[in-house]
Amino acid sequence: MPDYTLTTSENLQRRHAAEARFRWIGRLAVLLSLGFLVLMFFSISTRGMGAFGQTHIQLEIHFDEAMLDPNKQRDPQQLARANYKPIVNQALFELFPEVQTRRAQRSLYRLLSSGAVFDLANMAGQNPDLVGSTQLLWLPASAEVDLFMKGKVDVSLEEKLRRLKNNEIAWINQLKVKRQIRKKFNTAFFTKGDSREPELSGILGAMIGSFLSLLVCFSIAFPVGVLTAVYLEEFAKKTRFTDLIEININNLAAVPSIVFGLLGLSIFLGVFHMPRSTPLVGGLVLALMTLPTIIIAARAALRSVPNTIREAALGLGASKVQTTFHHAVPLAMPGMLTGTILGMAGALGETAPLLMIGMVAFIVDVPQGITDVATSLPVQIFLWADSPEKGFVERTSAAIMVLLAFLVLMNLFAVFLRRKLEKQW
Amino acid sequence: MEPPKTMELRRTGKLVKLQEQIIIIALMLCSLAAILVTVGIVASLAFEAFQFFQKIPVSEFLFGLEWSPQTAIRDDQVGASGKFGILPLLGGTLMISTIAMAVATPLGLYSAIYLSEYAKPRTRVWVKPMLELLAGIPTVVYGFFAALVVAPLIRSTGSGIGFEISSESALAAGLVMGIMLIPFISSLSDDVLCAVPKTMREASLGLGATRSETVKNVILPAANAGIIGSLLLAASRAIGETMIVVMAAGLSAKLTLNPLEAVTTMTVQIVTLLTGDQEFDSAKTLAAFAIALFLFVLTMILNVISLKIVDRYKTIYA
Repeated sequence: MPDYTLTTSENLQRRHAAEARFRWIGRLAVLLSLGFLVLMFFSISTRGMGAFGQTHIQLEIHFDEAMLDPNKQRDPQQLARANYKPIVNQALFELFPEVQTRRAQRSLYRLLSSGAVFDLANMAGQNPDLVGSTQLLWLPASAEVDLFMKGKVDVSLEEKLRRLKNNEIAWINQLKVKRQIRKKFNTAFFTKGDSREPELSGILGAMIGSFLSLLVCFSIAFPVGVLTAVYLEEFAKKTRFTDLIEININNLAAVPSIVFGLLGLSIFLGVFHMPRSTPLVGGLVLALMTLPTIIIAARAALRSVPNTIREAALGLGASKVQTTFHHAVPLAMPGMLTGTILGMAGALGETAPLLMIGMVAFIVDVPQGITDVATSLPVQIFLWADSPEKGFVERTSAAIMVLLAFLVLMNLFAVFLRRKLEKQW
Repeated sequence: MEPPKTMELRRTGKLVKLQEQIIIIALMLCSLAAILVTVGIVASLAFEAFQFFQKIPVSEFLFGLEWSPQTAIRDDQVGASGKFGILPLLGGTLMISTIAMAVATPLGLYSAIYLSEYAKPRTRVWVKPMLELLAGIPTVVYGFFAALVVAPLIRSTGSGIGFEISSESALAAGLVMGIMLIPFISSLSDDVLCAVPKTMREASLGLGATRSETVKNVILPAANAGIIGSLLLAASRAIGETMIVVMAAGLSAKLTLNPLEAVTTMTVQIVTLLTGDQEFDSAKTLAAFAIALFLFVLTMILNVISLKIVDRYKTIYA
């Protein structure tokens, strides 16, 4: 039996020390957990910031008529297909006249991104008047040069072990002196689809894919979820059937997401033969996943509408359906929307089920509709994270920053809705 | 205007009633969707798994000690018959989940205790959403963090003290998964702790116990069931988690107790079996569905138990 008479100061000191210790452990646990959060944000943003800038090289490009448009037709399509490599080479040779050997010339050309010629082709295709003129243009540099400019190439390493050779570094330094190389805002990152070359790859395709998937997801999960909640809260009597539905919903909320992917694979693709790798199927799978979240939130919102409102409507002669859809549902709408937005945010970050239905392919084109092949933002992150190319590391981090920014925006919007529209009864 | 006649009123009344009936039936059909999803999951998994078990006996799948799902291209190939024993995968899954729970349980629980018993309301108001932010971060981000930051860190620390650690290790994946689970445990436990009636807390403090003694001797025992429920729910998350392990745990299926080695999990194998080229009825593809069925049943058991416990807990103090 414990000795309750022990109230000597020594014992009390011990107990107080234990108290202080306990409190510190608690504080430490909170700090450590938040520390992980900070560490994660910090390590990703320090790696990702660089990707928002892209090294460009300034060249004096002469759009040579004889090379590009020998027939003088100025046909935009013809111009977009012409070969721009010679005129880029020419501009480079003018800049570095001392480079004579074939091999050196080739490596000189490699300072530029292989996408630079496509930029020129687009430019000339849109504006045929350029042909014959000479323009000072900033063209994207290759990923290696970009990494060097961002200080991510270890120059102390032996030349053989580096992809960027000494002569190339010397050229870059010459360009630096002439102020013809510098970092500019990386617009390609937001306006292009995926690419094998880090400096040409962008997240537009993935963003559109995510957006289309969410659109499909919302247009299915929201109505079905809300109507289910309305039925369970307002109409259904508590029977074994409704109990079963309840258990089901709670259970589905905790089923591993990858299982939903397998469901999509074998039913939507296997049985219904829907097009593989498309936002349509992705959205459907995400809808099934978010359904429980939306139902649970919508039910909570309906429950918070006081019964007096319903009784008043019924008392004035409204029918049950009128009471529900004219009064209870509109009043619960802010809460329902808040829950739906949070569910959508969860769906936006989901990766595993999309891998199962094939939204994991290498896709360059930006999807135009829900039946085009596409990836999504988290899947793009997964694909880039897997890539051995060093230039993709910062792009992966930057894509994560964009994804997190979207998630934060959605969450803030949900908080805003709750603060502004939700009534406290 | 002449008031409508009784007959007309009755007719419109009937029409309204019919409309309402239709609407209610439509609502009921919607609520069936939730059941349909479950039925769909069970049916699709069971159907494919059944085909798998016609090729590979159930006992071999459940008790086999080897996992190497290669199927033969030619009949006379060496090692032509794949080995489909789930135990190495289960072992890897359990090891990573155990590490994750070992990280998340103390951190989550102590955070919940601190926030519910000690923190000032002002601190609580901004710390709680910050912790929940951890739950909102997509798992692919955790996976990237594990592969890019945590795994190299563990590796260099290991080589610093003379351990050879592979770049993909159960430890890295488990640690990061533990961080992911903190908010699941902390916010559920926080709810549970706050639900313990104030009177119990005050009685203990009034008798002269310190706050920590109150927590240990009164509140935790009272909240026991709810906390266990939240831990089970977190464990079920850990078992079903995919992206972190795909990106950080590796592919080598072996039964080991060494957390510094690379292991593989059930979810990783499902992903590897089903991404890339696949024939739909090969044992390799079907094996993914068998694993998924096993995973589904396992997590469902955990979920049902934890939901039951939490429910019962709620009714005690409601």
